[in-house]
Amino acid sequence: MTARLPFRALLVGVAIVILGVFPLVFSNPTTTSIAVFTLIFMVAASSWNMFSGYSGYIALGHAVYFGVGAYALTLLANHLGFAAGWGVFALVPVAGIIAGLVAIPTGVIALRARRHTFVVITIAFMFIFQLAASNFAFTGGSSGLQPPTPLWSAASYNDHFYYVAAVILVATVLLSWLVRRSRFGLQLFAIRDDEERARGLGVRVGRVKLSAFVLSAIPIGMVGGVYAYFLGQIFPQFAFDPLFDLSIALMAFIGGLGTVWGPLLGALVLESLQQYFTVQSGASQVYLIIYGGLFLAVILLLPRGLIPSVEDLIRRWRTRGGAQDRATEEGGGDRTADVVKAAGAR
Amino acid sequence: MNASSLAKAVIDGILTGGVYALMAAGLTLIFGVMDIINIAQGALIVLGAYMSYVLSVHLGIDLFLGLIITIPAFFVLGVFIEWAFMRRLRDQERTAMSILVTYAVAIIIEGILSVIFGADFVQLQASYINSSFHLLGFYLPYIYVFGFLLALVLLGVLYYILYRTHFGRGVRGSLQNRSAAELIGVNVNRVRALSVGIGVSVTAAGGMVFGATNSFNPSSGYDLISRLLSIVILGGLGSIGGALVAAVFMVTLEDVVAVVWSPVWATLVYYASLIVVLSFMPNGLFGRAAVRAQ
Repeated sequence: MTARLPFRALLVGVAIVILGVFPLVFSNPTTTSIAVFTLIFMVAASSWNMFSGYSGYIALGHAVYFGVGAYALTLLANHLGFAAGWGVFALVPVAGIIAGLVAIPTGVIALRARRHTFVVITIAFMFIFQLAASNFAFTGGSSGLQPPTPLWSAASYNDHFYYVAAVILVATVLLSWLVRRSRFGLQLFAIRDDEERARGLGVRVGRVKLSAFVLSAIPIGMVGGVYAYFLGQIFPQFAFDPLFDLSIALMAFIGGLGTVWGPLLGALVLESLQQYFTVQSGASQVYLIIYGGLFLAVILLLPRGLIPSVEDLIRRWRTRGGAQDRATEEGGGDRTADVVKAAGAR
Repeated sequence: MNASSLAKAVIDGILTGGVYALMAAGLTLIFGVMDIINIAQGALIVLGAYMSYVLSVHLGIDLFLGLIITIPAFFVLGVFIEWAFMRRLRDQERTAMSILVTYAVAIIIEGILSVIFGADFVQLQASYINSSFHLLGFYLPYIYVFGFLLALVLLGVLYYILYRTHFGRGVRGSLQNRSAAELIGVNVNRVRALSVGIGVSVTAAGGMVFGATNSFNPSSGYDLISRLLSIVILGGLGSIGGALVAAVFMVTLEDVVAVVWSPVWATLVYYASLIVVLSFMPNGLFGRAAVRAQ
């Protein structure tokens, strides 16, 4: 562990530097556009993982908060008369907060149920919001809305969105890392492993689940706002998209559900690939087959996702000849002990 | 609004509900036996529709007659999917992983259909698809009546298999308690493979009726899957009768709302009522308890 910490810190530092200089090195607008979408999905997958990955409740309705963020930013910018430019980005945190507020009642209702029923209720909420957005007058119905379009030069147009999304990404990852290390995070893992037992050990299950649910909606609402502003128009079908939910779940799974870095890796690989193939139009149908096949291969061969599987490999390689890590590999016993500590500490 | 259009909405709702129950039957069976959310159900329905399309357009085989070919073909496909993908999921996290695995299967099916058929919408054609008959003052389209009857027959067969045969007892046993079923000599892997095969083969018929009553393209499955999932959850996992009741209830509700209020809000009411019912009955209308009692 002691030898690994500086190495990790170094990796994070390198990642942040790459994040910072990327648009300076690859300034082609096609590339930076792909990068903006990729960052948006990295935030979404990481944020989704903060609830679903840590608690084990698979939510397939987080598109609700993405869409609410998109509509909130567009409506506020249009009605408050924001001039197109940097100023509109000030509404991004507001979009996140509004998404968080919407997550409170929807979360309370959905979290009354478990397992399959929970999944289906979150899906139902997604469709309710999509249908509401396509039928209400103030959301522009099915023709959608247009936020103000900034008059930035074409060469650097994407960079503005890139850096805003990058800042949100760093903040989200930091939040996810802090949650994972905290007592709150331990309580979530306890719920994932055995909810009844966690309750019995004194975890306030309902409150913990709802807090994580609302917390995970906020960054998604923020990037929803960025997404609307970046595209310059927003439709119900794009804002509240069922495939958005499956995509972010998939990204988190492929990278490693419940890990801090897994969803980031999954989103980085899948979204940039998908955007690349979309740009290279014509290959999209074959791409579907490749995408599905790749995805099946990862799930069946590395069922825990890329990052945990690779970590296992590294650990096995390091402890070649010795079996001292075998016992802590799954960490089930340790985790329960931590929960007792977490519950007793209040 | 008048009484006649309301009655018409109820009749339409019941007939369409039967078709939805047929499409959802495979889903609820796989759900109940395997504890798996089969996101590929929508794609399988579309695949079934395309198979009927190929048989009728290129070989001139009648849609209902063609089921003699598509149903066994889908049985084999179902057994293959279970063996290749579902069996490999670990028991822990099975539900979560199943969503992703079957989503991948759905993507592959959609991709293959797109390569072969392109993105254009098609619809199945037959003499009985665009004609209707007059009964008690209502015009009833033949295809909906035939589809409803087919649904009743197939759901009846499914019910018989599940509740009146030795194999069905094995299925219900492994549904309730896997290890106990294994202890008394049920070959759970075989039962599961056959159940998925049966579930998928019923879907072939659902796909044919879907293709005859809707125009479709390779990505039509995604619109279906959310509706089918809500029907299956509302009916109670693994309950064939529950799926029928839930499908008829939901579709009728939607049709009636469309008549008395507005078509644009009908689907929203559909999902909202789902949430309300599930908030009070988290196991659905005919959840596990009812299955066990029978």
